[in-house]
Amino acid sequence: MAIHLVREIEKLKKQILSLSAHVEENVRQAIKSVTERDESLARKCIEEDKAIDIAEVDIEEECLKIFALHQPVAHDLRYLVAILKINRDLERISDIGVSIAQRAIDLCSLPEPTIDFNIGFMAEKVQTMFSQSLDALINRDSRLARETWFADDEIDTLCAENYTLAEQQITKTPEQTRELLNLLSISRSLERMADHVANISKDVIYMIEGEIVRHRKKIIKERIRQAEQSAE
Amino acid sequence: MSPDATTKTATAHHPPVIEHAAIRARDLHIYYGTFHAVKGVDLAIETNKITALIGPSGCGKSTVLRSLNRMNDLIASARVKGEVLFHGANIYEKEVDPVIIRRKIGMVFQKPNPFPKSIYDNIVWGARINGYRGNQDELVEKSLRQAALWDEVKDKLHQNALALSGGQQQRLCIARAVAIEPEILLMDEPCSALDPIATTKIEDLMLSLKEQYTIAIVTHNMQQAARVSDYTAFFYLGDLIEFDITKKLFTSPSIKQTEDYITGRFG
Repeated sequence: MAIHLVREIEKLKKQILSLSAHVEENVRQAIKSVTERDESLARKCIEEDKAIDIAEVDIEEECLKIFALHQPVAHDLRYLVAILKINRDLERISDIGVSIAQRAIDLCSLPEPTIDFNIGFMAEKVQTMFSQSLDALINRDSRLARETWFADDEIDTLCAENYTLAEQQITKTPEQTRELLNLLSISRSLERMADHVANISKDVIYMIEGEIVRHRKKIIKERIRQAEQSAE
Repeated sequence: MSPDATTKTATAHHPPVIEHAAIRARDLHIYYGTFHAVKGVDLAIETNKITALIGPSGCGKSTVLRSLNRMNDLIASARVKGEVLFHGANIYEKEVDPVIIRRKIGMVFQKPNPFPKSIYDNIVWGARINGYRGNQDELVEKSLRQAALWDEVKDKLHQNALALSGGQQQRLCIARAVAIEPEILLMDEPCSALDPIATTKIEDLMLSLKEQYTIAIVTHNMQQAARVSDYTAFFYLGDLIEFDITKKLFTSPSIKQTEDYITGRFG
């Protein structure tokens, strides 16, 4: 039974890797469609999401099949539970990519805003986080997963700053309200994307260490601080 | 990304504290002739809980189970060292009568073994030789109800027990064991000869019986251990490798050998 299960898990691993790569690339293209104001690229991203939806369902079915047929336990169980949840987060990240691409299409029909609204910087940070969370998954690196999870705080701060900036700019240049609302919406999408990336990181930690860390960021940070202190 | 256990971060194993042990083995060694079958096991069975003993064949789990009511005394070559504490006293002390111990600590075996007598007699026989002087009809009904068998056999109490199905025979054996009101029930692979429906009935029964009795079960069926038990002890080559709350042991075992065994990597 074990060899059969190992084979099934190997197959699942390939599927989730393929989905991760697909989502990562589609998100990159969606962000590019905003920064380069490329409508056709945005439309391509929206179209591409359909294949991602199909892959997500395939992976879920594969997980359910393994649960039903093998009743996995211990690391196999944690791996499957993590993959089932990561699969959902990847699909949601792709959906958010679609929302960004839709904003890009709207922005293409509008004049370039004259304001300093740094979406590019925030997008770069989120994409780095996303890549790191996938690296943590592939390399079973819980330390990297924790760093990625903690980096989400910075994205929340950037999103809040963008909100304040948009508020000020709408007062100053009300004729650019539509552009600003689109940019604000993209900023909010990136923040939500980072939340899903943080979820992936937390599931990777569970998969490796068997500890559910959700809703316990402060405690975990304090534990790390104490461990570092006693190591010095 | 591979779920390979070899890369899992080692976590310290902190076995749960058993505060109200119904029975406790301390530094238990069991030998069959020169073969050292159980090597210094410390194991506490919590009161009114189900403790599962798992491990590959020959790991010593059944030997440990049988030592808890001195069933190993019946094997000529078996020798026991260490203590099994029941109500604070070692059941292996010379003055202890094993028959009294087995009355307090009942056993259900792998293969249903009803007496070739009527269903009724199977229940009352043990109680009678143990000095039961109460109403026998009441005892039969109460015991069969406790074993979730009453509704199926109430109209044929005087039929031969061997005419029952395997699952019914096993529940009859459980009824026979509870009729003498033991404190602990030891079950040695009680479902291995049963089909899935009969197995489910026995498992449901165990869950209801634990309100009144303390149960220790040896099982080869890992899913069964995971489903019914509160605590699980994993044995390997005569050693108790890991003892933990079942939920913890089956999701995040602390010891790699346990992980490898329950995930089917060896054994």
